[in-house]
Amino acid sequence: MTSNRRNFLKAAVAGTAAVATNPIKAQQPTPAARLARAPLPVPETDPPASPVEVLTTDRPGADFMVDVLKSLGFDYLCANPGSSLRGLHESIINYGGNTAPELITCCHEESSIAMAHGYAKIEGKPLLVMAHGTVGLQHAAMAIYNAYCDHVPVYIVVGNSIDATQRRPGVEWLHSVQDAASPVRDFVKWDDLPISLEHFAESAVRAYKIAMTPPLMPVLLVADSNLQEAPVADKDRLHIPKLSQTTPPEGESAAVAEVAKMLVAAENPVLVADRCARTAAGLQMLIELAETLQAPVIDQGGRMNFPSRHPLNQTANSRGLIANADVILGLEVVDLWGTLHSYRDQLERSSRSLTKNGVKVISITASDLFTKSNYQNFERYPEADLAITGDAEATLPWLIESAKRLLTAERKRAFEERGKKLAAAHLKALERARTAATYGWDASPISTARLSAELWAAIKDKDWSSVYGVAGTRQLWDFDKHYQSIGGPGGGGVGYAAPASLGAALANKKHGRLSVAIQPDGDLMYAPGILWTAAHHRIPLLSVMHNNRAYHQEVMHVQRMANRHQRGITRAGIGTRIDDPNIDYATLARAMGVYGDGPINDPKDLGPALQRAVAVVAKGEPALVDVVTQPR
Amino acid sequence: MRFVLFLAGVGMLLGMGGGLRAQEVATPPPGNAQRGKQIFQSYGCYECHGREAQGGAGTGPRLAPHPMPFDTLAKYVRQPTGEMPPYTSKVVSDRDLADIYAFLSAQPQPPQAKSIPALND
Repeated sequence: MTSNRRNFLKAAVAGTAAVATNPIKAQQPTPAARLARAPLPVPETDPPASPVEVLTTDRPGADFMVDVLKSLGFDYLCANPGSSLRGLHESIINYGGNTAPELITCCHEESSIAMAHGYAKIEGKPLLVMAHGTVGLQHAAMAIYNAYCDHVPVYIVVGNSIDATQRRPGVEWLHSVQDAASPVRDFVKWDDLPISLEHFAESAVRAYKIAMTPPLMPVLLVADSNLQEAPVADKDRLHIPKLSQTTPPEGESAAVAEVAKMLVAAENPVLVADRCARTAAGLQMLIELAETLQAPVIDQGGRMNFPSRHPLNQTANSRGLIANADVILGLEVVDLWGTLHSYRDQLERSSRSLTKNGVKVISITASDLFTKSNYQNFERYPEADLAITGDAEATLPWLIESAKRLLTAERKRAFEERGKKLAAAHLKALERARTAATYGWDASPISTARLSAELWAAIKDKDWSSVYGVAGTRQLWDFDKHYQSIGGPGGGGVGYAAPASLGAALANKKHGRLSVAIQPDGDLMYAPGILWTAAHHRIPLLSVMHNNRAYHQEVMHVQRMANRHQRGITRAGIGTRIDDPNIDYATLARAMGVYGDGPINDPKDLGPALQRAVAVVAKGEPALVDVVTQPR
Repeated sequence: MRFVLFLAGVGMLLGMGGGLRAQEVATPPPGNAQRGKQIFQSYGCYECHGREAQGGAGTGPRLAPHPMPFDTLAKYVRQPTGEMPPYTSKVVSDRDLADIYAFLSAQPQPPQAKSIPALND
């Protein structure tokens, strides 16, 4: 049994009184002493009333925590339940009415965080996650790292029992920790351990503001279990600070004007966008900049930066464009060095520059505002000629305006000619992609190109959102809205795709969009309980398995080592394949309450299977189609 | 990220396939296409190039149908100048290469893109 400090003190006082007045519990005298004493008179007053232990409260601290969290506008809360958060959990569902935030039950903390990761990339704001402060946060760690690398805000509250004298014996000690945030401090932007409700309120609002200031990142608050469960002493003293969100940092205006000058003067400028467009406005602004300059755009896909069928989308021709460029502008490019260099992973690793002499390289990124040491997600140092610290999307309006001011009739004519050539190159690239897709069209296992094309045919007339894809999809599909692509895991941690897709689908639900994910098999097996979450909360998501029955990336890595060592080149599948037995994902889905179809081995069966699944999802339910595919 | 870097490197092979002038083409050695198909899988070629050698998304170029000249293929397999791992004669014999080449040569011509509705939207 546990008691809070207030009840404990009451009991202690009452206990002392009881010992003093109860002859049975008083220290017994020796027989000799008893004989030497005169008998004590028996008190004639009534025995004192037993103190009444306070067992209930109608205003726990967690209720105020809910008030604070509601003030921040969370729609959902993803959590796997944990006793260190039992107070807050109960307050959310009863005091808070389980609305805004509504609790989403997850079967793994990694799933909770990844759902929040996907959700934020669609909705543009964080989703709340609760996690047990020790084992729960350890489960969550990889997914937090992904969000950190991907510059995505996730708002995490972890439970902990800080006061050792208040812990229940046994498991609560095992699940308590001095410094709850320490396992993930290297890859969250900010964390705090509030020791009062006032402190919780201030830190909660501060955390939200920090998470939403570019570069956007996860934040973490510890909710002490005593603070959650103890009655609020004086509710009138509690105050929730106003949330004042920071405007995104823009690049310095003179430097941006210089960039405009360089771009307008360039003969072969190239715009490279990775995590540039945070919002729908970002997508439109990058279109405006590209059209103003008639400059090619290489969309590296970290966000939905640029329409796939726009004539200036030259992603398929990126290598030649980089090689021929005289000015290259990187917009929130994660790996600018890697963009500008080739690299050989042979016994002796080597690299070479892809650019020509004299090229001017410009970088605009908010990443320079926040860099930590331990984890190496900052990539190799890029030698930029002009590095502008600021959020690329926030910097685009001034860059566009500056460029337009510099336009002359002569430059416009030159740009028009360039645009015509780029449009022709775009069409050629599209035809190449379509022709490439015909090779292996009737193969079984099914080619990824056919999977992509058949899926596109099934969804193209809907309001769709691709929440996870495979390479090659971009050219065959017509992406033109900001919610139609959200990039990948950021940190490369496997286990992201299934839960992040569901989180994105949760965000898409209220908009009535058809969410679709091409789901890798190895990724789903990290935490397949996410299928149950999809069914339980009726989140419409079409998951199409890219079931190549392997951790195929690792197959290729082991193959490379075997070739390098000139031995055992037929054994790369040991420890990397997911077969014998083959996993029946359709049955797995059905076991979790999700519509399941497959395995689809014959490509002729694929289109009809996808149509059936789309019909299920259109009714608001999740569906999974297991497609046995080629490796890539 | 690791995934992206790996693919970017392997993609260096793109552009190797086909297109050489007729006078450069030597007669390939005879090979067993059925065995070639089998070892194309077991030796791991399919991992980057696809099971029908149709090419992988960002991993390796298409090799068939109409493969590059045998000598070009053999030279590159032994001593790749790009990202492909080397297959020395210690692990892939000349006979193996001939069989793989026979398999590549036996691949059928695919349908025209214009004949496939799903590729015309």
